[in-house]
Amino acid sequence: MIELKNINKSFNGRHITQNFSCSFEQGKTNLIIGESGSGKTVLLKCIVGLTEVDSGEVLFNGRDFLKMGSREKQNLRKEIGMLFQGGALFDSKTVEENIIFPLAMFTTMTEKEQKDRAEFCLSRVNLKDAGNLYPSELSGGMKKRVAIARAIAPNPHYLFCDEPNSGLDPKTSILIDKLIKEITEEFQMTTIVITHDMNSVMEIGEKVIFICNNQKWWEGTNKTILNTDNKELQDFIYVSKFLLELKNKAEK
Amino acid sequence: MFTRFFYHIGRYFIMLKRVLAMPEKWSVYKKEFFHEIDNLGMTSLPIIAIISLFMGAVITIQAAFGFNSPWVPLYAVGYTTRDSVILEFSPTIISLILAGKVGSNIASEIGTMRITEQIDALEIMGVNSRSFLILPKIAACVLINPFLVIISMFLGIFGGWALGMFAGVITTYQYVYGVQYQFNSFNITYALTKTVVFAFIIASVSAYHGYYTSGGALEVGRSSTRAVVYCSILILVFNFILTQLLLS
Repeated sequence: MIELKNINKSFNGRHITQNFSCSFEQGKTNLIIGESGSGKTVLLKCIVGLTEVDSGEVLFNGRDFLKMGSREKQNLRKEIGMLFQGGALFDSKTVEENIIFPLAMFTTMTEKEQKDRAEFCLSRVNLKDAGNLYPSELSGGMKKRVAIARAIAPNPHYLFCDEPNSGLDPKTSILIDKLIKEITEEFQMTTIVITHDMNSVMEIGEKVIFICNNQKWWEGTNKTILNTDNKELQDFIYVSKFLLELKNKAEK
Repeated sequence: MFTRFFYHIGRYFIMLKRVLAMPEKWSVYKKEFFHEIDNLGMTSLPIIAIISLFMGAVITIQAAFGFNSPWVPLYAVGYTTRDSVILEFSPTIISLILAGKVGSNIASEIGTMRITEQIDALEIMGVNSRSFLILPKIAACVLINPFLVIISMFLGIFGGWALGMFAGVITTYQYVYGVQYQFNSFNITYALTKTVVFAFIIASVSAYHGYYTSGGALEVGRSSTRAVVYCSILILVFNFILTQLLLS
Protein backbone atom coordinates (compact mmCIF):
# COMPACT_ATOMS: atom_id res chain seq x y z
CA MET A 1 0.00 0.00 0.00
CA ILE A 2 1.17 3.51 -0.82
CA GLU A 3 -0.07 6.57 1.06
CA LEU A 4 0.48 10.18 0.10
CA LYS A 5 -0.01 12.86 2.74
CA ASN A 6 -0.21 16.57 1.90
CA ILE A 7 2.16 16.46 -1.06
CA ASN A 8 3.15 19.89 -2.30
CA LYS A 9 5.32 20.60 -5.29
CA SER A 10 5.99 23.83 -7.15
CA PHE A 11 8.39 24.92 -9.87
CA ASN A 12 9.62 28.53 -9.72
CA GLY A 13 6.68 29.52 -7.53
CA ARG A 14 4.12 27.82 -9.80
CA HIS A 15 2.15 25.20 -7.88
CA ILE A 16 2.00 21.84 -9.62
CA THR A 17 0.55 19.80 -6.78
CA GLN A 18 -1.16 21.20 -3.70
CA ASN A 19 -1.96 19.28 -0.50
CA PHE A 20 -2.37 16.01 -2.37
CA SER A 21 -3.39 13.16 -0.09
CA CYS A 22 -4.65 9.70 -0.99
CA SER A 23 -3.88 6.00 -0.65
CA PHE A 24 -3.32 3.29 -3.24
CA GLU A 25 -4.24 -0.26 -2.39
CA GLN A 26 -2.31 -3.45 -2.99
CA GLY A 27 -3.55 -5.82 -5.71
CA LYS A 28 -5.56 -3.09 -7.40
CA THR A 29 -4.94 -0.91 -10.41
CA ASN A 30 -5.08 2.67 -9.16
CA LEU A 31 -5.50 5.28 -11.88
CA ILE A 32 -4.62 8.94 -11.74
CA ILE A 33 -6.34 10.88 -14.50
CA GLY A 34 -6.40 14.49 -15.54
CA GLU A 35 -5.79 16.82 -18.44
CA SER A 36 -2.34 17.18 -20.01
CA GLY A 37 -0.25 19.50 -17.87
CA SER A 38 -2.30 18.88 -14.75
CA GLY A 39 0.76 17.50 -12.92
CA LYS A 40 0.11 13.75 -13.09
CA THR A 41 3.61 12.81 -14.22
CA VAL A 42 5.20 15.22 -11.73
CA LEU A 43 3.16 13.58 -8.97
CA LEU A 44 4.32 10.13 -10.07
CA LYS A 45 7.94 11.30 -10.18
CA CYS A 46 7.48 12.74 -6.68
CA ILE A 47 6.22 9.37 -5.44
CA VAL A 48 9.24 7.48 -6.79
CA GLY A 49 11.69 10.20 -5.80
CA LEU A 50 12.78 11.31 -9.28
CA THR A 51 11.51 14.79 -8.38
CA GLU A 52 11.91 16.19 -4.88
CA VAL A 53 8.71 17.28 -3.16
CA ASP A 54 8.49 20.58 -1.28
CA SER A 55 6.62 19.03 1.64
CA GLY A 56 4.50 16.00 2.52
CA GLU A 57 4.91 12.29 3.16
CA VAL A 58 5.15 9.32 0.79
CA LEU A 59 4.63 6.08 2.68
CA PHE A 60 5.45 2.70 1.14
CA ASN A 61 3.78 0.21 3.51
CA GLY A 62 4.31 2.71 6.33
CA ARG A 63 7.95 3.54 5.42
CA ASP A 64 8.40 7.24 4.71
CA PHE A 65 10.34 7.40 1.46
CA LEU A 66 11.24 11.07 1.85
CA LYS A 67 12.93 10.53 5.21
CA MET A 68 15.11 7.68 3.97
CA GLY A 69 18.84 7.97 3.33
CA SER A 70 20.15 7.44 -0.18
CA ARG A 71 21.13 3.81 0.54
CA GLU A 72 17.66 3.02 1.96
CA LYS A 73 16.03 4.71 -1.03
CA GLN A 74 18.17 2.65 -3.37
CA ASN A 75 17.09 -0.53 -1.56
CA LEU A 76 13.41 0.43 -1.69
CA ARG A 77 13.69 1.15 -5.39
CA LYS A 78 14.63 -2.47 -5.95
CA GLU A 79 11.00 -3.19 -5.00
CA ILE A 80 9.73 -0.77 -7.65
CA GLY A 81 9.01 -1.43 -11.30
CA MET A 82 8.25 1.45 -13.60
CA LEU A 83 6.91 1.74 -17.10
CA PHE A 84 7.90 5.05 -18.69
CA GLN A 85 5.95 6.90 -21.37
CA GLY A 86 8.48 6.08 -24.10
CA GLY A 87 9.44 2.69 -22.67
CA ALA A 88 12.94 3.90 -21.66
CA LEU A 89 14.50 0.67 -22.90
CA PHE A 90 18.30 0.64 -23.11
CA ASP A 91 19.07 1.16 -26.81
CA SER A 92 22.42 -0.60 -26.71
CA LYS A 93 20.98 -3.81 -25.24
CA THR A 94 18.75 -6.44 -26.79
CA VAL A 95 15.27 -7.09 -25.41
CA GLU A 96 16.55 -10.05 -23.41
CA GLU A 97 19.51 -8.08 -22.06
CA ASN A 98 17.14 -5.27 -21.05
CA ILE A 99 15.09 -7.70 -18.97
CA ILE A 100 18.10 -9.48 -17.54
CA PHE A 101 19.77 -6.19 -16.53
CA PRO A 102 18.05 -5.64 -13.14
CA LEU A 103 18.43 -9.34 -12.35
CA ALA A 104 22.15 -9.32 -13.14
CA MET A 105 22.60 -6.16 -11.11
CA PHE A 106 20.76 -7.07 -7.94
CA THR A 107 20.18 -10.80 -7.67
CA THR A 108 22.40 -13.79 -7.12
CA MET A 109 20.69 -15.70 -9.93
CA THR A 110 22.88 -17.74 -12.25
CA GLU A 111 22.97 -16.78 -15.93
CA LYS A 112 20.68 -19.70 -16.73
CA GLU A 113 18.15 -18.62 -14.10
CA GLN A 114 18.27 -15.04 -15.42
CA LYS A 115 17.62 -16.24 -18.97
CA ASP A 116 14.75 -18.42 -17.80
CA ARG A 117 13.20 -15.52 -15.90
CA ALA A 118 13.56 -13.24 -18.94
CA GLU A 119 11.92 -15.88 -21.11
CA PHE A 120 9.06 -16.23 -18.63
CA CYS A 121 8.53 -12.45 -18.48
CA LEU A 122 8.59 -12.21 -22.26
CA SER A 123 6.09 -15.00 -22.62
CA ARG A 124 3.94 -13.26 -20.00
CA VAL A 125 3.69 -10.22 -22.30
CA ASN A 126 3.31 -12.39 -25.43
CA LEU A 127 6.72 -11.58 -26.91
CA LYS A 128 8.41 -14.93 -26.65
CA ASP A 129 10.41 -14.58 -29.89
CA ALA A 130 11.56 -10.99 -29.46
CA GLY A 131 14.47 -11.67 -27.11
CA ASN A 132 17.21 -11.05 -29.67
CA LEU A 133 15.74 -7.87 -31.14
CA TYR A 134 16.98 -4.37 -30.31
CA PRO A 135 14.53 -1.68 -29.11
CA SER A 136 14.89 0.16 -32.43
CA GLU A 137 13.44 -2.90 -34.17
CA LEU A 138 10.26 -2.91 -32.06
CA SER A 139 6.92 -1.20 -32.61
CA GLY A 140 5.48 1.18 -29.99
CA GLY A 141 3.23 -1.49 -28.48
CA MET A 142 6.06 -4.03 -28.35
CA LYS A 143 8.31 -1.52 -26.61
CA LYS A 144 5.68 -0.98 -23.94
CA ARG A 145 5.26 -4.71 -23.46
CA VAL A 146 9.03 -5.22 -23.17
CA ALA A 147 9.13 -2.37 -20.65
CA ILE A 148 6.42 -4.17 -18.64
CA ALA A 149 8.42 -7.39 -18.84
CA ARG A 150 11.53 -5.57 -17.58
CA ALA A 151 9.54 -3.91 -14.81
CA ILE A 152 8.09 -7.19 -13.49
CA ALA A 153 11.29 -9.24 -13.91
CA PRO A 154 12.63 -8.61 -10.37
CA ASN A 155 9.19 -9.31 -8.81
CA PRO A 156 8.47 -5.76 -7.67
CA HIS A 157 5.96 -4.89 -4.94
CA TYR A 158 5.05 -1.61 -6.59
CA LEU A 159 4.40 -0.90 -10.26
CA PHE A 160 4.18 2.60 -11.71
CA CYS A 161 3.00 3.22 -15.26
CA ASP A 162 3.28 6.64 -16.86
CA GLU A 163 0.74 6.82 -19.68
CA PRO A 164 1.23 3.20 -20.76
CA ASN A 165 -0.98 3.54 -23.83
CA SER A 166 0.02 6.92 -25.17
CA GLY A 167 0.66 6.73 -28.90
CA LEU A 168 -0.92 3.30 -29.25
CA ASP A 169 -3.97 2.28 -31.25
CA PRO A 170 -7.13 1.50 -29.20
CA LYS A 171 -6.78 -2.26 -29.62
CA THR A 172 -3.16 -2.38 -28.43
CA SER A 173 -4.04 0.08 -25.65
CA ILE A 174 -6.65 -2.26 -24.25
CA LEU A 175 -4.20 -5.17 -24.55
CA ILE A 176 -1.64 -3.26 -22.47
CA ASP A 177 -4.30 -2.22 -19.94
CA LYS A 178 -5.49 -5.78 -19.50
CA LEU A 179 -1.90 -6.95 -19.12
CA ILE A 180 -1.26 -4.41 -16.36
CA LYS A 181 -4.43 -5.46 -14.54
CA GLU A 182 -3.61 -9.16 -14.86
CA ILE A 183 -0.06 -8.87 -13.55
CA THR A 184 -1.21 -6.59 -10.73
CA GLU A 185 -3.60 -9.25 -9.52
CA GLU A 186 -1.21 -12.13 -10.25
CA PHE A 187 1.76 -10.66 -8.37
CA GLN A 188 -0.35 -8.70 -5.82
CA MET A 189 1.43 -5.44 -6.58
CA THR A 190 0.38 -1.92 -5.73
CA THR A 191 -0.04 -0.42 -9.18
CA ILE A 192 -0.43 3.25 -10.04
CA VAL A 193 -1.25 4.16 -13.63
CA ILE A 194 -1.16 7.70 -14.99
CA THR A 195 -3.46 8.18 -17.96
CA HIS A 196 -5.89 10.48 -19.69
CA ASP A 197 -7.42 7.71 -21.74
CA MET A 198 -11.05 7.06 -20.77
CA ASN A 199 -10.91 3.58 -22.33
CA SER A 200 -8.28 2.67 -19.74
CA VAL A 201 -10.36 4.16 -16.97
CA MET A 202 -13.38 2.07 -17.90
CA GLU A 203 -11.30 -1.05 -18.51
CA ILE A 204 -9.05 -1.22 -15.43
CA GLY A 205 -9.92 1.69 -13.11
CA GLU A 206 -10.55 -0.10 -9.83
CA LYS A 207 -9.70 3.14 -8.12
CA VAL A 208 -9.69 6.43 -10.02
CA ILE A 209 -8.37 9.79 -8.85
CA PHE A 210 -9.06 12.87 -10.94
CA ILE A 211 -6.60 15.77 -10.69
CA CYS A 212 -7.77 19.26 -11.55
CA ASN A 213 -6.42 22.70 -10.63
CA ASN A 214 -3.35 21.01 -9.12
CA GLN A 215 -5.47 19.19 -6.52
CA LYS A 216 -7.26 15.94 -6.00
CA TRP A 217 -10.68 16.83 -7.41
CA TRP A 218 -12.52 13.54 -7.35
CA GLU A 219 -12.01 9.96 -6.18
CA GLY A 220 -14.04 6.90 -7.16
CA THR A 221 -14.06 3.83 -9.38
CA ASN A 222 -14.79 3.03 -13.03
CA LYS A 223 -18.28 2.06 -11.92
CA THR A 224 -19.09 5.45 -10.39
CA ILE A 225 -17.21 7.80 -12.71
CA LEU A 226 -19.86 8.04 -15.44
CA ASN A 227 -22.55 9.07 -12.96
CA THR A 228 -20.55 11.83 -11.37
CA ASP A 229 -22.09 15.26 -10.93
CA ASN A 230 -18.66 16.86 -10.64
CA LYS A 231 -18.65 19.47 -13.41
CA GLU A 232 -14.89 19.48 -14.13
CA LEU A 233 -14.80 15.70 -14.29
CA GLN A 234 -17.86 15.66 -16.58
CA ASP A 235 -16.08 18.15 -18.85
CA PHE A 236 -13.07 15.84 -18.91
CA ILE A 237 -15.06 12.67 -19.62
CA TYR A 238 -17.58 14.01 -22.10
CA VAL A 239 -15.20 16.14 -24.09
CA SER A 240 -16.11 14.38 -27.36
CA LYS A 241 -19.46 14.93 -29.07
CA PHE A 242 -19.81 11.19 -29.50
CA LEU A 243 -19.66 10.44 -25.79
CA LEU A 244 -21.93 13.36 -24.99
CA GLU A 245 -24.55 12.08 -27.42
CA LEU A 246 -24.27 8.60 -25.92
CA LYS A 247 -24.78 10.07 -22.47
CA ASN A 248 -27.79 12.11 -23.58
CA LYS A 249 -29.30 9.05 -25.24
CA ALA A 250 -28.79 7.02 -22.08
CA GLU A 251 -30.42 9.71 -19.96
CA LYS A 252 -33.47 9.81 -22.25
CA MET B 1 28.81 34.53 -14.47
CA PHE B 2 31.12 33.59 -11.58
CA THR B 3 28.14 32.10 -9.71
CA ARG B 4 27.38 29.85 -12.68
CA PHE B 5 31.05 28.90 -12.98
CA PHE B 6 31.23 27.78 -9.35
CA TYR B 7 27.80 26.12 -9.65
CA HIS B 8 29.13 23.91 -12.47
CA ILE B 9 32.41 23.22 -10.68
CA GLY B 10 30.50 22.18 -7.55
CA ARG B 11 28.06 20.02 -9.46
CA TYR B 12 30.94 18.40 -11.37
CA PHE B 13 32.69 17.37 -8.15
CA ILE B 14 29.44 16.17 -6.57
CA MET B 15 28.94 14.05 -9.68
CA LEU B 16 32.49 12.68 -9.38
CA LYS B 17 31.84 11.73 -5.75
CA ARG B 18 28.85 9.63 -6.83
CA VAL B 19 30.78 8.24 -9.81
CA LEU B 20 33.51 6.94 -7.51
CA ALA B 21 31.05 5.24 -5.14
CA MET B 22 31.31 1.48 -4.65
CA PRO B 23 29.73 -0.32 -7.65
CA GLU B 24 26.62 -2.41 -6.94
CA LYS B 25 28.06 -5.41 -8.75
CA TRP B 26 31.61 -5.59 -10.08
CA SER B 27 30.83 -8.21 -12.72
CA VAL B 28 28.29 -5.95 -14.47
CA TYR B 29 30.69 -2.99 -14.34
CA LYS B 30 33.52 -5.15 -15.69
CA LYS B 31 31.37 -6.06 -18.70
CA GLU B 32 30.59 -2.39 -19.30
CA PHE B 33 34.28 -1.52 -18.94
CA PHE B 34 35.33 -3.93 -21.70
CA HIS B 35 32.47 -2.71 -23.86
CA GLU B 36 33.74 0.88 -23.43
CA ILE B 37 37.32 -0.15 -24.22
CA ASP B 38 36.03 -1.36 -27.56
CA ASN B 39 33.58 1.48 -28.09
CA LEU B 40 35.84 4.39 -27.09
CA GLY B 41 39.31 2.98 -27.67
CA MET B 42 39.45 0.48 -30.47
CA THR B 43 37.13 2.43 -32.76
CA SER B 44 39.44 5.46 -32.44
CA LEU B 45 42.43 3.51 -33.71
CA PRO B 46 41.94 4.05 -37.50
CA ILE B 47 41.61 7.84 -37.28
CA ILE B 48 44.58 8.06 -34.91
CA ALA B 49 46.68 5.89 -37.22
CA ILE B 50 45.91 8.01 -40.29
CA ILE B 51 46.48 11.34 -38.54
CA SER B 52 49.70 10.17 -36.87
CA LEU B 53 51.22 8.85 -40.09
CA PHE B 54 50.60 12.05 -41.99
CA MET B 55 51.47 14.42 -39.15
CA GLY B 56 54.79 12.60 -38.65
CA ALA B 57 55.46 12.95 -42.36
CA VAL B 58 54.59 16.64 -42.41
CA ILE B 59 56.78 17.35 -39.36
CA THR B 60 59.70 15.60 -41.11
CA ILE B 61 59.28 17.51 -44.35
CA GLN B 62 58.83 20.84 -42.53
CA ALA B 63 61.91 20.17 -40.39
CA ALA B 64 63.97 19.22 -43.46
CA PHE B 65 62.79 22.40 -45.16
CA GLY B 66 63.61 24.54 -42.11
CA PHE B 67 67.05 22.98 -41.52
CA ASN B 68 68.17 23.59 -45.05
CA SER B 69 71.55 24.85 -43.91
CA PRO B 70 75.10 23.37 -43.99
CA TRP B 71 75.42 24.21 -40.26
CA VAL B 72 72.58 21.94 -39.18
CA PRO B 73 73.17 18.18 -39.57
CA LEU B 74 70.44 16.31 -41.42
CA TYR B 75 69.91 13.89 -38.52
CA ALA B 76 68.36 16.86 -36.67
CA VAL B 77 65.26 16.14 -38.78
CA GLY B 78 64.79 12.76 -37.08
CA TYR B 79 65.59 14.29 -33.71
CA THR B 80 63.01 17.07 -34.21
CA THR B 81 60.35 14.70 -35.49
CA ARG B 82 60.85 12.40 -32.50
CA ASP B 83 60.63 15.17 -29.91
CA SER B 84 57.71 16.94 -31.61
CA VAL B 85 55.76 13.71 -31.83
CA ILE B 86 56.55 12.45 -28.31
CA LEU B 87 56.33 15.72 -26.42
CA GLU B 88 53.42 17.44 -28.05
CA PHE B 89 51.78 15.90 -31.06
CA SER B 90 50.85 12.46 -29.72
CA PRO B 91 49.78 13.34 -26.16
CA THR B 92 48.15 16.73 -26.82
CA ILE B 93 46.94 16.85 -30.41
CA ILE B 94 45.72 13.25 -30.33
CA SER B 95 43.92 14.03 -27.05
CA LEU B 96 42.30 17.04 -28.71
CA ILE B 97 41.17 14.80 -31.54
CA LEU B 98 39.86 12.25 -29.04
CA ALA B 99 38.05 15.07 -27.23
CA GLY B 100 36.18 15.62 -30.47
CA LYS B 101 35.48 12.00 -31.25
CA VAL B 102 35.15 10.33 -27.86
CA GLY B 103 33.91 13.43 -25.99
CA SER B 104 31.01 14.06 -28.33
CA ASN B 105 30.23 10.33 -28.36
CA ILE B 106 30.03 10.18 -24.54
CA ALA B 107 28.03 13.42 -24.19
CA SER B 108 25.51 12.52 -26.86
CA GLU B 109 25.12 8.92 -25.64
CA ILE B 110 24.47 9.93 -22.02
CA GLY B 111 22.44 12.98 -23.11
CA THR B 112 20.16 10.80 -25.23
CA MET B 113 19.76 8.40 -22.33
CA ARG B 114 18.75 11.37 -20.17
CA ILE B 115 16.09 12.75 -22.52
CA THR B 116 14.65 9.31 -23.28
CA GLU B 117 14.30 8.61 -19.52
CA GLN B 118 16.78 5.72 -19.61
CA ILE B 119 18.71 7.33 -16.75
CA ASP B 120 15.47 7.67 -14.77
CA ALA B 121 14.83 3.98 -15.46
CA LEU B 122 18.26 3.12 -14.01
CA GLU B 123 17.59 5.23 -10.91
CA ILE B 124 14.18 3.60 -10.42
CA MET B 125 15.83 0.18 -10.51
CA GLY B 126 18.06 1.33 -7.66
CA VAL B 127 21.19 1.66 -9.81
CA ASN B 128 23.64 4.49 -9.10
CA SER B 129 23.29 5.83 -12.64
CA ARG B 130 26.27 8.20 -12.41
CA SER B 131 28.61 5.44 -11.38
CA PHE B 132 27.19 2.85 -13.78
CA LEU B 133 27.30 5.12 -16.83
CA ILE B 134 30.40 7.18 -16.17
CA LEU B 135 32.89 5.07 -14.18
CA PRO B 136 33.46 2.44 -16.93
CA LYS B 137 33.96 5.24 -19.47
CA ILE B 138 36.53 7.06 -17.32
CA ALA B 139 38.34 3.81 -16.51
CA ALA B 140 38.36 2.76 -20.17
CA CYS B 141 39.67 6.13 -21.39
CA VAL B 142 42.34 6.36 -18.70
CA LEU B 143 43.53 2.86 -19.53
CA ILE B 144 43.27 2.81 -23.32
CA ASN B 145 44.32 6.36 -24.24
CA PRO B 146 47.99 5.87 -23.22
CA PHE B 147 48.10 2.83 -25.52
CA LEU B 148 46.56 4.88 -28.34
CA VAL B 149 49.15 7.58 -27.76
CA ILE B 150 52.02 5.08 -27.76
CA ILE B 151 50.74 3.68 -31.06
CA SER B 152 50.46 7.25 -32.33
CA MET B 153 54.09 7.93 -31.35
CA PHE B 154 55.32 4.88 -33.26
CA LEU B 155 53.22 5.67 -36.30
CA GLY B 156 54.17 9.36 -36.25
CA ILE B 157 57.87 8.57 -36.20
CA PHE B 158 57.39 5.77 -38.74
CA GLY B 159 55.35 8.09 -41.00
CA GLY B 160 58.14 10.67 -40.79
CA TRP B 161 60.67 8.11 -41.92
CA ALA B 162 58.51 6.51 -44.64
CA LEU B 163 57.29 9.70 -46.27
CA GLY B 164 60.61 11.49 -45.65
CA MET B 165 62.29 8.71 -47.60
CA PHE B 166 59.60 8.79 -50.26
CA ALA B 167 59.97 12.56 -50.63
CA GLY B 168 63.74 12.17 -50.74
CA VAL B 169 64.44 14.64 -47.93
CA ILE B 170 66.37 12.24 -45.66
CA THR B 171 68.11 8.86 -45.63
CA THR B 172 67.21 5.99 -43.32
CA TYR B 173 70.57 6.18 -41.55
CA GLN B 174 70.29 9.92 -40.83
CA TYR B 175 66.70 9.62 -39.68
CA VAL B 176 67.29 6.65 -37.36
CA TYR B 177 70.43 8.29 -35.98
CA GLY B 178 68.42 11.45 -35.25
CA VAL B 179 65.59 9.51 -33.62
CA GLN B 180 68.09 7.78 -31.29
CA TYR B 181 70.18 10.88 -30.63
CA GLN B 182 70.14 12.05 -26.97
CA PHE B 183 66.93 10.19 -26.22
CA ASN B 184 65.51 11.10 -22.81
CA SER B 185 63.12 8.45 -21.49
CA PHE B 186 61.51 10.96 -19.13
CA ASN B 187 59.84 12.47 -22.18
CA ILE B 188 57.75 9.30 -22.44
CA THR B 189 56.78 9.55 -18.76
CA TYR B 190 55.85 13.19 -19.29
CA ALA B 191 53.77 12.38 -22.39
CA LEU B 192 51.92 9.50 -20.75
CA THR B 193 51.23 11.50 -17.57
CA LYS B 194 49.65 14.19 -19.71
CA THR B 195 47.66 11.58 -21.63
CA VAL B 196 46.20 10.07 -18.47
CA VAL B 197 45.12 13.50 -17.17
CA PHE B 198 43.64 14.42 -20.57
CA ALA B 199 41.81 11.07 -20.76
CA PHE B 200 40.22 11.73 -17.38
CA ILE B 201 39.18 15.22 -18.52
CA ILE B 202 37.72 13.94 -21.80
CA ALA B 203 35.62 11.22 -20.16
CA SER B 204 34.47 13.06 -17.04
CA VAL B 205 33.75 16.50 -18.54
CA SER B 206 31.88 15.02 -21.50
CA ALA B 207 29.91 12.74 -19.20
CA TYR B 208 29.05 15.74 -17.02
CA HIS B 209 27.62 17.64 -19.98
CA GLY B 210 25.69 14.59 -21.15
CA TYR B 211 24.35 13.66 -17.73
CA TYR B 212 22.90 17.09 -17.03
CA THR B 213 21.26 17.50 -20.43
CA SER B 214 17.67 18.66 -20.22
CA GLY B 215 15.17 19.21 -22.99
CA GLY B 216 15.15 17.48 -26.35
CA ALA B 217 17.31 16.43 -29.26
CA LEU B 218 18.51 20.00 -29.80
CA GLU B 219 19.88 20.07 -26.26
CA VAL B 220 21.73 16.81 -26.81
CA GLY B 221 23.51 18.42 -29.76
CA ARG B 222 24.33 21.47 -27.66
CA SER B 223 25.65 19.34 -24.80
CA SER B 224 27.81 17.45 -27.23
CA THR B 225 29.27 20.68 -28.65
CA ARG B 226 29.79 22.14 -25.16
CA ALA B 227 31.55 18.94 -24.08
CA VAL B 228 34.04 19.15 -26.98
CA VAL B 229 34.68 22.88 -26.43
CA TYR B 230 35.23 22.57 -22.66
CA CYS B 231 37.36 19.44 -23.01
CA SER B 232 39.57 21.15 -25.60
CA ILE B 233 40.03 24.26 -23.46
CA LEU B 234 40.77 22.21 -20.34
CA ILE B 235 43.26 20.05 -22.24
CA LEU B 236 45.15 23.15 -23.36
CA VAL B 237 45.10 24.66 -19.87
CA PHE B 238 46.27 21.44 -18.22
CA ASN B 239 48.87 20.97 -20.95
CA PHE B 240 50.40 24.25 -19.84
CA ILE B 241 50.13 23.43 -16.12
CA LEU B 242 51.59 19.93 -16.47
CA THR B 243 54.40 21.12 -18.72
CA GLN B 244 55.30 23.74 -16.15
CA LEU B 245 55.19 21.18 -13.35
CA LEU B 246 57.04 18.36 -15.11
CA LEU B 247 59.57 20.09 -17.37
CA SER B 248 60.44 23.34 -15.61
